[in-house]
Amino acid sequence: MFCDRCGLPATDGDHTACAAARELEPPRFCPSCRRRMKVQVIPTGWTATCVEHGLREG
Amino acid sequence: MPDILDRARARVLTDGAGLSEPEILEVLRLPDEDLPELLQLAHDVRMTWCGPEVEVEGIVSLKTGGCPEDCHFCSQSGLFASPVRAVWLDIPSLVKAAQQTAATGASEFCIVAAVRGPDKRLMDQMREGVKAIKEAVDIQVAASLGMLTQDQVDELVAMGVHRYNHNLETCRSYFPNVVTTHSFEERWETLTMVRESGMEVCCGGILGLGETVEQRAEFAAQLAELDPHEVPLNFLNPRPGTPLGDRPVVEGKDALRAIAAFRLAMPKTILRYAGGREITLGDLGTREGLLGGINAVIVGNYLTTLGRPATADLELLQDLKMPVKSLSSTF
Repeated sequence: MFCDRCGLPATDGDHTACAAARELEPPRFCPSCRRRMKVQVIPTGWTATCVEHGLREG
Repeated sequence: MPDILDRARARVLTDGAGLSEPEILEVLRLPDEDLPELLQLAHDVRMTWCGPEVEVEGIVSLKTGGCPEDCHFCSQSGLFASPVRAVWLDIPSLVKAAQQTAATGASEFCIVAAVRGPDKRLMDQMREGVKAIKEAVDIQVAASLGMLTQDQVDELVAMGVHRYNHNLETCRSYFPNVVTTHSFEERWETLTMVRESGMEVCCGGILGLGETVEQRAEFAAQLAELDPHEVPLNFLNPRPGTPLGDRPVVEGKDALRAIAAFRLAMPKTILRYAGGREITLGDLGTREGLLGGINAVIVGNYLTTLGRPATADLELLQDLKMPVKSLSSTF
């Protein structure tokens, strides 16, 4: 598994700052494969698409 | 009371004339203990010359990322190692975003594209998108598509775009430190064409790019010279992978001082809270800014980052007894 903000392995290092930043950011990396996702932010939410693992929404 | 606030009260509050650059600098240098009095004056100026209404706007990115320009604060530049990928918003999703924005009570919906200037594909998307929005939603449509040609200005007017955003971002003297792929003057030329077309001019920038306090005053004075209908005020939200990604965020008190100073420089403009306010000022600061010169907000999310829920801002406005500017009063 990977950090969806920085793309590094979720078990390596401290991702506390990433988690805090994510409160005001959509994910950028697929947590399953760390591919950069196509992210669309709209006024009330966001979608993030990984070519391999599909759509996530928030 | 500091002398500069006495002078501002006489000239700005009473006469509606903005402060000069040296006077703006004096305001920006006021000590923390004078901040409450400064914010109160800026609020009084806003209430006197703009009234209690707050203009609410939503923004959306029609074309995200892959920009050929090198604006050092921007995660959408294709020249930096930013995690933001290029993506286009389809027309049905654009209309849905406009509908969601209108549902908040907003009177403005701004369509933004990360480009140097629009190409044929983008203008085609705009033509189709603006038409679809106008058929489906009762909201004013604004646009922000970079630098324009005269033909493109004319075409946006024909589409019914009523306001055009093109930020100068920072003052003339600091601009080359922030952008090297185009000049301050090129941006100014687009703004001049927009003004002459009859579209409303929306032009602001970002504080915290590394500019000095003198350059912050210079920027406010240059915006006042431009005399835009609206000034969106952003605070740097340092983005990973950009040249300014490691810069500190603006101190809350400096941000509030700047809000008040920009209001005293431009007493009659729409001064809008834009990006970065959440990390610079937090919830409490949002309230203080609205009581210190701000009279417009972007609600909901930004282009690549997230904002406070629209309901939080709308509840705050209700609490402050500041009515949301209605669509009918924008005509």
